[in-house]
Amino acid sequence: MSQFKYAYYTGCAAKGVCPELHQSTMAVCRALDIELVELKAASCCGAGVIGELEPDTQLAMNARNLKLAANQGVPMMTVCGTCQGVLARSHQELSDGDTRDRINQVLGNSGGVYDGGPKPRHLLWALIQDYGLARLESKVVQPLHGLKVGPFYGCYMLRPSDYLGFDDPYNPKSLEQVISALGAEPVDYSGRTKCCGFPIVLESESSAMQMVGTNLIEAQDNGAHCLVTPCPLCHMNLDLYQEKAEQEMDREIGLPILHLPQLIGLALGLDPKELGLDKNMVDTDALITEVVGA
Amino acid sequence: MRIEIQIQRFDPDNGQEPTYESFRLEVPRHITVLDAIIQIKDEQDGSVTFRRSCRSAICGSCAMRINGRSGLACDTLVVDELDRFGEIKVQPLAHMPVLRDLAVDMTPFWNRIESVKPWVEREEGTEPEWPVEKETLMPQSFVDELDDVSRCIMCMACFSACEIAEVDDDFLGPAALAKAYRMVADPRDCETGERLSKLNEHGGYWDCTRCNQCVEACPKDVKPMEAIVSLRREAINSGLTDTVGSRHITEFLNIVRQEGRLNEGRMPLKMKMSQPMELLKIMPMAMKMLAKGKLPMPIHPPIPRVREVRRIMDAKGKGESK
Ligand code: SF4
Ligand code: SF4
Ligand code: FES
Repeated sequence: MSQFKYAYYTGCAAKGVCPELHQSTMAVCRALDIELVELKAASCCGAGVIGELEPDTQLAMNARNLKLAANQGVPMMTVCGTCQGVLARSHQELSDGDTRDRINQVLGNSGGVYDGGPKPRHLLWALIQDYGLARLESKVVQPLHGLKVGPFYGCYMLRPSDYLGFDDPYNPKSLEQVISALGAEPVDYSGRTKCCGFPIVLESESSAMQMVGTNLIEAQDNGAHCLVTPCPLCHMNLDLYQEKAEQEMDREIGLPILHLPQLIGLALGLDPKELGLDKNMVDTDALITEVVGA
Repeated sequence: MRIEIQIQRFDPDNGQEPTYESFRLEVPRHITVLDAIIQIKDEQDGSVTFRRSCRSAICGSCAMRINGRSGLACDTLVVDELDRFGEIKVQPLAHMPVLRDLAVDMTPFWNRIESVKPWVEREEGTEPEWPVEKETLMPQSFVDELDDVSRCIMCMACFSACEIAEVDDDFLGPAALAKAYRMVADPRDCETGERLSKLNEHGGYWDCTRCNQCVEACPKDVKPMEAIVSLRREAINSGLTDTVGSRHITEFLNIVRQEGRLNEGRMPLKMKMSQPMELLKIMPMAMKMLAKGKLPMPIHPPIPRVREVRRIMDAKGKGESK
């Protein structure tokens, strides 16, 4: 058994619209000798959307999810910033005895009583706090020298910091640390802690596209060759909708958006196809040639 | 301790863009950013302009952007800023015109507060439980519900931090919506329905992107975004369901009930089903996604033991206690 073992909570996006996230997570964890037990029976975390109307339903779904992880006897690992934010909040709310009792009544015979467990952690945090940056660096076979990468955290990895408590919400460091460990250069820009606009893309597409466009253009003007994000919903808005953002801003952007494990995988020398880089909407070919060819 | 503070200066009369001016000063270790700026004004440059009154996080006058973060200068220690950022740069709040240096024109903020009628509207006979003519004490449960939103000191930090205020001038913003919820949740108010319908329009509670910037920025833990979410819930529960936001939540619940997971590929389809023109608009993107192997199937096989999820959904009535 590996020294590092997690109950892997995929979230919906990695199993739906972002298959490349699941693919690259599996590939990278295999290469790093991190053992993942996929929680196949886990449900959606509610994404804060179910919680808007039915807070207790969302909480009970997550009590069930956290229970599935606790059954494995290892911490839960997420690969979605939004799932991470929602699950961390549920985890904290369920640490209150009265809340837990109330939710356990809802849970009843739906997966058994939840009686606590370790705090869920995102792959990004697991790599830093458990695996260690030095170990990660030692696994790099294809250092990403010369590549300038803009970190894009996403709201739920940072705020509200009360529930998360990993990074400073105004001056986070974790993505920069990983980018540097891979031999690439982190790009500083104010958009790195901003919202991608995904939650209002259906409500108000023009606001959302301005948010995407502004963040992308700022990163690009500061020299970024690509962005990396720990959240597939940010990825969707920045990558899938980039063409629309270009129209909204009346400027060509063409900035590849990588999932965190895709960037790591490149530095580990994994096959870009195995990392699902062919599935990204904004073309990654030029980026790959630069990395592999350099 | 010797420190340097950079203050964004702006003089409306000299026709120049705002620029940072650097001040060096000797200060005691645990000085606040506000006191350091007051010291600069006293000792070095009397023209440095800013608002302040209480110096103890009560009046809400001294909010500004400190190293990009909107917050109270009297509630921020110089040493903490230096620890976090290695420097101290102060700017006026965002999303309002700058009058001079750190002082902004608060009109856009106050207009929004005013537009939500920030008082309890009462009329004889409309809320018989809460008679107008005599003093009515509210039960503790109501007081608890109003506790967060009642703490607001109108400092504008949340409005400055708000990501939608940045891109949409029509958005009411966190403080005004939190204030609106303060009135909606007050059982004595007789205009709950009118308030909810008005805020159901563009610029109201559906336009928030749930970025949590306001929750993080608020010095009084008002949690404006939570109040916005509560407004949405009140609206749906009161029958205001004909909105994109409301349909999104309902479809989300439906899909998760069927599959146990959200199928993002299905959402836009479901949302726009009734509008053929809208559907046509999303086709080109759908085709490209298909080409990349990214378009999920219209129906996914459900997760194992999906029945447990359905039971959880059935076990609960809508909008129960948080
Ligand atoms: S959560 Fe909503 S109201 Fe609060 S800052 Fe973000 S967009 Fe504005
Ligand atoms: S909600 Fe908080 S940040 Fe916003 S005005 Fe009130 S006290 Fe200030
Ligand atoms: S001076 Fe009153 S809140 Fe800061």
